[in-house]
Amino acid sequence: MTDLLEQTDAQTMPDAASEQAPLIDISGLNVYYGNFHAVGDVSFDIPKNQITALIGPSGCGKSTVLRCINRMNDLIPTARVEGEIIFHEQNILAPGIDPVMVRRRIGMVFQKPNPFPKSIYDNVAWGAKVNGIRKGMDDLVEWCLRSAALWDEVKDKLDQSGLALSGGQQQRLCIARALANNPDVILMDEPCSALDPISTLRIEDLMRELARNYTIAIVTHNMQQAARVSDQTVFFSLGENRMGTLVEASPTRELFTNPRDSRTEDYITGRFG
Amino acid sequence: MSAPFHALPDESLTATGNLPRRQKIASIGRGIFLLATLFAVAALVVLLWYIFQRGWNWLSWGLLTNPPSRRPERAGLSIAISGTLWIISLTLLVAFPMGVAAAIYLEEYAPKNRWTRILQINISNLAGVPSVVYGLLGLGIFVEWLNLGRVVLAGALTMALLSLPVIIIASQEALRAIPWSLREAAYGVGATRWQVTASHVLPAAIPGILTGVILAVSRAIGETAPLLVAGAAGFVTTKPGGFFDSYTTIPIQIYNWMSRPQTEFRDLASAGIIVLLALLISMNLIAIIVRQRFSAKTRW
Repeated sequence: MTDLLEQTDAQTMPDAASEQAPLIDISGLNVYYGNFHAVGDVSFDIPKNQITALIGPSGCGKSTVLRCINRMNDLIPTARVEGEIIFHEQNILAPGIDPVMVRRRIGMVFQKPNPFPKSIYDNVAWGAKVNGIRKGMDDLVEWCLRSAALWDEVKDKLDQSGLALSGGQQQRLCIARALANNPDVILMDEPCSALDPISTLRIEDLMRELARNYTIAIVTHNMQQAARVSDQTVFFSLGENRMGTLVEASPTRELFTNPRDSRTEDYITGRFG
Repeated sequence: MSAPFHALPDESLTATGNLPRRQKIASIGRGIFLLATLFAVAALVVLLWYIFQRGWNWLSWGLLTNPPSRRPERAGLSIAISGTLWIISLTLLVAFPMGVAAAIYLEEYAPKNRWTRILQINISNLAGVPSVVYGLLGLGIFVEWLNLGRVVLAGALTMALLSLPVIIIASQEALRAIPWSLREAAYGVGATRWQVTASHVLPAAIPGILTGVILAVSRAIGETAPLLVAGAAGFVTTKPGGFFDSYTTIPIQIYNWMSRPQTEFRDLASAGIIVLLALLISMNLIAIIVRQRFSAKTRW
């Protein structure tokens, strides 16, 4: 049964981005920092159980867009977000939505590995604890660490500090931490930019593995990474007044082999950015 | 066009050109800074030497256990020590939670607008207000307006007011030093602002906060002026037993002894200063131990 599922997954994954039902539907997204219009009128879909890569030059607003999806921008006092992000038929940006609940369903992994200054065990367990889960914690921690391909390396030292791990291990711990709330979506903001190539590959393998059960959106500076790992790629560029705009959202293979927009082509061929 | 560099005359690696002069300036700088450090240390050593020389022979068990007396050989600090402990514990009880709470509000909750900026500037100014002004404030509000009288509670509240700005500012700095990424990590797993603050930010900031509290309390222990104004008694013969008893403190007792004509009382004052110093040092030690306990628990 599992084999069958995996097979169908593997077959449908690569080129079927457009056919998948979108889990998140972003439309007319505008972000302002004070008077600065940082992101202008961005619309795209994030298909379920796929990896969507957000690429583009520095300052083009791709991280900003990612952080709107779990309301992280709420924490920046000057930020203002307009538009719609539909998730399970609700607008994430609507006034009645509690950002804490959004973040529980949409987990995040950050650029620099940022484990809590607590034990490996508590790093994973804390997110579940604050959300009121008390029972079966040992099983949950083991399951998350296994899913993040970290269990075998840490199973004998669960009470050691998460900060004692290597950078790549720390980032996998952060992924395990994000899994503990059983989110539908995992957002990753340049998760490999602070890691060496070997650790990066391990994270990429892990992402492919996780995409079976989760929907992933990743911001990356590394175009090869986007090409290697993602099903769909969204390319952002800087428009007038340094405003980030969406240029093209396509299945990854299509975007890299046959870009529709000349700006995309310039960027992926290295003529710009 | 040739590159606009100035070529060195030869291949020498020893100091030539203006380098000997620059090196000399560097070593003069070192001398000045060393001198400044030594001066501060020397002042402390002289002070301690002077006090120990005069007070050492007057140190005795009786100094700690005797009540004040008109005869120097029978006079002791027991009432003053008890008063200081009462005042300091009550001050801590009020100022520590209130100061930390205010700092948490300002750093973690308050919007960054004009009003919070004005609030912030006012707190900074309060930290610089002369302590005697707090004494007058305490006299006006606690002793007279609230009609508490010249009692422990009024003195402790006055000291709490005096310590609050320092505790708030130090706690704010400790909170600000916690990396934003830690907060993001906690928010990212669906924690509320209070859960983020209570479970991560505050524990990580506690060592820094405690340092600020030590500083504030150390200052309060040594303060004489505000309590003189706000109603510490010059001569009390019974230890305070509650919030509404009259009291005196060690610095005030020392001040009293200093103003007596007999040299014996002046020497006794020096002995009192040694006791005060010992109390300060042991309090700091306790704080350092608590601080390290907390640091070990956060597992950085």
